[in-house]
Amino acid sequence: MGRIFVRPSLLTMPESKQAYLQIENLTKYFGEFVAVRELSLQINDGEFICFLGPSGCGKTTLLRAIAGLDPQSSGSIIQDGKNISNLPPSERDFGIVFQSYALFPNLTVFQNVAYGLENQRLPKEEIRKRVVELLELVGMPEHTDKYPAQLSGGEQQRVALSRALATSPGLLLLDEPLSALDARVRAALRQEIRALHERLGVTTILVTHDQEEALSMADRIVVMNHGSIEQVGTPEEIYGTPASPFVADFIGVMNFMQGEITSSGTVRIGENSINCETTNLQVGRKVRLTVRPEDILCSADSASDQAESVNSFAVKVDSLEFLGSFCRLILSGPEGFGKLKADISTHQVHELKVTQDSRLTAEFPSRNLRIFPESS
Amino acid sequence: MSSVAALPVSSTSISGASAVRIRISRDDIALRSGLLLLITLLVVAVVFPLYTLLSKSFEDMDGEFVGLQNFREYFETPALFTSITNSLGVAISVAIIVLVLAFVYAYALTRTKMPLRGLFRGIALIPILAPSLLAAISLIYWFGNQGVLKSWLFGASIYGPIGVIMASCFWVFPHALMILITALSTADARLYEAAEALRTPKWRVFWTVTLPGAKYGILSTGFIVFTLVITDFGVPKVIGGRFNVLATDVYKQVVGQQNFEMGAVVSLVLLLPAVVAFIADRWVQRKQVALLSARAVPFQPKADPLRDWLLFAFCSIIAFIFIAMLAMAAYASFVTFWPYNLSLSLKNYDFDVMDGGGWEAYYNSIRLAIYCAVFGSGLIFLGSYLVEKARGVTWLRTILHLGAMLPLAVPGLVLGIAYIFFFNHPDNPFGFLYGTMGILVICTIVHFYTVSHLTCITALKQLDPEFEAVALSLKTPVWRTFRKVTLPVCLPALLDVASYLFLNAMTTVSAVVFLYSPETMLASVAVLNMDDAGDIAPAAAMALMIVYTSACFRIMHALLSRYLKRRTQVWRNQ
Repeated sequence: MGRIFVRPSLLTMPESKQAYLQIENLTKYFGEFVAVRELSLQINDGEFICFLGPSGCGKTTLLRAIAGLDPQSSGSIIQDGKNISNLPPSERDFGIVFQSYALFPNLTVFQNVAYGLENQRLPKEEIRKRVVELLELVGMPEHTDKYPAQLSGGEQQRVALSRALATSPGLLLLDEPLSALDARVRAALRQEIRALHERLGVTTILVTHDQEEALSMADRIVVMNHGSIEQVGTPEEIYGTPASPFVADFIGVMNFMQGEITSSGTVRIGENSINCETTNLQVGRKVRLTVRPEDILCSADSASDQAESVNSFAVKVDSLEFLGSFCRLILSGPEGFGKLKADISTHQVHELKVTQDSRLTAEFPSRNLRIFPESS
Repeated sequence: MSSVAALPVSSTSISGASAVRIRISRDDIALRSGLLLLITLLVVAVVFPLYTLLSKSFEDMDGEFVGLQNFREYFETPALFTSITNSLGVAISVAIIVLVLAFVYAYALTRTKMPLRGLFRGIALIPILAPSLLAAISLIYWFGNQGVLKSWLFGASIYGPIGVIMASCFWVFPHALMILITALSTADARLYEAAEALRTPKWRVFWTVTLPGAKYGILSTGFIVFTLVITDFGVPKVIGGRFNVLATDVYKQVVGQQNFEMGAVVSLVLLLPAVVAFIADRWVQRKQVALLSARAVPFQPKADPLRDWLLFAFCSIIAFIFIAMLAMAAYASFVTFWPYNLSLSLKNYDFDVMDGGGWEAYYNSIRLAIYCAVFGSGLIFLGSYLVEKARGVTWLRTILHLGAMLPLAVPGLVLGIAYIFFFNHPDNPFGFLYGTMGILVICTIVHFYTVSHLTCITALKQLDPEFEAVALSLKTPVWRTFRKVTLPVCLPALLDVASYLFLNAMTTVSAVVFLYSPETMLASVAVLNMDDAGDIAPAAAMALMIVYTSACFRIMHALLSRYLKRRTQVWRNQ
């Protein structure tokens, strides 16, 4: 997994903050198993939301409950001011796209996209215009007479997308739409779906287990685990200030170190002390200290001769992993630090002449450290 | 920017307390009504008759409850009891013989480069086109009292276990072959490559890879052959002589002696091994699924001259026997008066001057076959669609699916008798069906319901399960998606089912032999009756008429399938 490229969401934050979809105390049982537990969430009008989490966390269950396909066991869903909790899917207002595309194999691209329109008894000419318009929107105006099996996966998913948008739904549900595609197509479609959303402004929910997808596409991310929400926030918040060790670990790469608070602003790890924000946690509390690999600053060993700078420690390079634009170093730090991952640019690797067994100084800037109390 | 939109979980919220009930849409009402309707149909057409049969076995002739009296009487009658051992002996012998022969044959077809594999496959499937009686009739011409090769038996009589076993092997062979071909076709080439890389000798590869891979197919074949033979009634009736088996006992008790209560008892005794084999087969099938879930690389056989030519010789012998069986019956049907006047004529095809229903019986059979193909495939497809696609009512779907599986465990003979008891009962509101074409159609559809149902289910399972979800999101009524997507995509499977029902309706004897009336005489029953009356040559002629018709139908079906495939291959094969 490479570096995480965070989308500059500041540019695209929705201006209106009206609630479009409200989920209250939603619970879903499958037999004894609780797939979603007492979940509440508010989604604003025109927002692009990602449900992100490992498989089995309840994200797809939540999506299918919103669609009415697998109704919740309890709790309510309010869409656009209307309580839709008891409505069958056919009376709800949504378009849906699945990982498997689910295009009708015996119908042409045109017939697939027109499928929902024909049902509204629109005049033929109007349907034709709308289908052409939709296919242009997803960049495939020339494929109208082909059958799904004649298209590539990416093309099929574009058709599925325009079919879902054909009836101008108020809510667009995307259930892992990119997971079946290969990496290149996936990256391209990410941008296109995002651009499409910007253009149409339709409130969109995307379910994914791919953090890069979530970080690069969403206005806000809902991180889920074991049927509950771990954190809701913009991609920057989720990445920069994870609310729990789970989020810290699940999003991006994170180093964890066991420690104990020795005084306000100081955590002891093994024999060493590290300065960091300890918020209002009590002295003596066991904590986990976290730092991202790219936040560990490496410099030449000689630097340690100079006056012990704050939060700097001597480390040894166990191994290097070349990852293109940067290198991931596996470091052994002082007692108690365990193995640490640190990312430095390939350029810096040459500058510092890093090889296996090199000795370096690693600095842990206080502003990039976060601590989580150990659950006792 | 840090918008915390996750609402705090409030314990005072009322909405979380009550269970959510989704309002039922019009589509759901339609689908659920359909489910209820089909369940009702199956209950009336399967469960009620079987229940009547069961209760009949505990009654005396006046309808008084007598407990196990009938069963005691049955097991104290040595003649009847012998039939059990006879039936088991024949069924087990045939199962073993056919299993060995069909396995080698299937192996030659699927795992070698033997020449003419397509032709051999076609020849081995011929018996499916004929009623089981044909094999027995043909054997009489070969080895019977006036048979051509009577001396080959060294004084033994073909009328008895030898004849029953030989004829049974002939007609069940294609059923066994089809399962074994499927079992042997699903080989994973990677296993063979791994074995070869480890320098494993060929015989060891066979014992450690090939056989275990086909294990479940072999077991399944054994059970199916056993059931087919033990419940078959045509072969022992024609060639069994004084060798009694369960199936002929039922016929004699009910049709000959009008002893319905004892007939019910024998039916239940016959039902027992069939049900055991059914349950065992289901259990084996479930295991099979787990075995095939891995992604396999298809096996491509390599040439091996010695093995291929040995197997070619083996298959040639079997194929020759098959052709000889059919050819003898065909030849005999044209012979003017066997064995005294061997000149050829169409005299035996002049059915109207003979007892046994005449040409009308033949037309009735075609009528029955068409009704079964049209109504049966429609009904069964609808049923399997509801089982797969109705939303939210899992228990109703499970009931319908179990109901659809039930007929496979019920031998045709037992079904036929159950129908007599149920539909002939004076209080039954459906009594008007008795003696009509209607009851024959219902009985035949029910008899062959399960295999058709499973074929449709398999076809439906290949559709993306999200089609319905997409259609719902597009506000499309369920019938529109059914008509525009589900039905066209499943059309080949539907044609297969129609063809299966047609062929079986043409050739079946076991259930309908109890239910026909003078107006609804059938060709297959006519074969039986003419043979019974000593008119063996006309019986052969009528059996051949069935073969010709079935063959024509198969060819039409193949052409239609090919046409459809060509028309739809644009979206299917690219």
